Amino acid sequence: MARTAQQGEGDAVGLRMIAIVPALNEEKSIAAVIAEIRATDPEFHVLVIDDGSTDHTAAVAAASGAQVLSLPFNLGIGGAVQTGLKYAREHDFDISVQIDADGQHDPGELPKLLTPLIAGEADVVIGSRFLGEKNYKAPMLRRIGIRIFARIVSTVVGQPLTDTSSSFRAFGRRTIAYFAREYPHGFVETVEATVIAARCGLRVKEVPVVMRQRVMGQSSLTLPLSIYYSIKVLVAVFVGIFRRNAYELED
Amino acid sequence: MSLRVSIFAAIAAAILLVTVFELMRSRRLQERYALLWLLTGLVVFVLAVWRGLLGRAADITGIAYPPSALFVLASFFITLVLLHYSTVISKLSEQNTILAQRLALLEGRVREADDESEH
Repeated sequence: MARTAQQGEGDAVGLRMIAIVPALNEEKSIAAVIAEIRATDPEFHVLVIDDGSTDHTAAVAAASGAQVLSLPFNLGIGGAVQTGLKYAREHDFDISVQIDADGQHDPGELPKLLTPLIAGEADVVIGSRFLGEKNYKAPMLRRIGIRIFARIVSTVVGQPLTDTSSSFRAFGRRTIAYFAREYPHGFVETVEATVIAARCGLRVKEVPVVMRQRVMGQSSLTLPLSIYYSIKVLVAVFVGIFRRNAYELED
Repeated sequence: MSLRVSIFAAIAAAILLVTVFELMRSRRLQERYALLWLLTGLVVFVLAVWRGLLGRAADITGIAYPPSALFVLASFFITLVLLHYSTVISKLSEQNTILAQRLALLEGRVREADDESEH
């Protein structure tokens, strides 16, 4: 393993950082996303998890200089992200960030996510579309859904949160270690992940970020699917209230 | 319809719901496989308690004895669950094949790499 992240700047000296990019059929946007992460901070180890793509996502990503892990079949976003977190744990990374492959997340916003982790103020940092400037444009129904989830999760974890379904997030060592062992499956896993993190004692912090419109393609969520996933997540969050933690936090 | 049938059905549905909940809580049942069971339990429970609705449902479907409608409905949901499992098993066996093939190919590559490093 090349140990590249040895000469950082400022407080981040010596911290090893990995960017986990789960990708399913994103051959059109993945190269730009990888280039942008590199441009923002060349210290990032960029790891693309190809979640059973049927197009050339893996080849394009490898040609763009990212390391690529190809899953043998589609696991769903939760399983893909956890693959990256297991890699991060095995290879002893200090900080992981999750960035969507569709170009929705602006790597230029990464420093905002990293600051609280580097300062040791948080274990999970979530980039929120609803803190600070309100510039997030999405169908009204989706915005309402996101708000409702945020309200429910805030109540469950006893801390005000505005955007629990944002997948633009960064984790510190303790979080990587915990999520490498327990992470929700399937789709729309971020809401559950937030609850799991807060309930096992990890410090969750939101920072305002600006997100872009999708570069390519449509959101994969249709209305019936949205309803199904919403019910699934609600049930999962409800049951989660009664669960004991699966593991103790490690230091 | 006899009150006893309603009470019995409501208790059975409640036991199902509590069991499914406990299985989910102890992480032995994933949400996506629990949803159909929860729906089954809820529908049976609601119809057992709300006897007017059950009577109307029996009228519409031409079932003379309302409690039969309850059990027809329950077996309909169980059929759905079974059908769902058939699709899940199909997917799992397909993925199992893919995994076995990948593993064999990987083992072959590791053996080749070992042989090369020995010579």
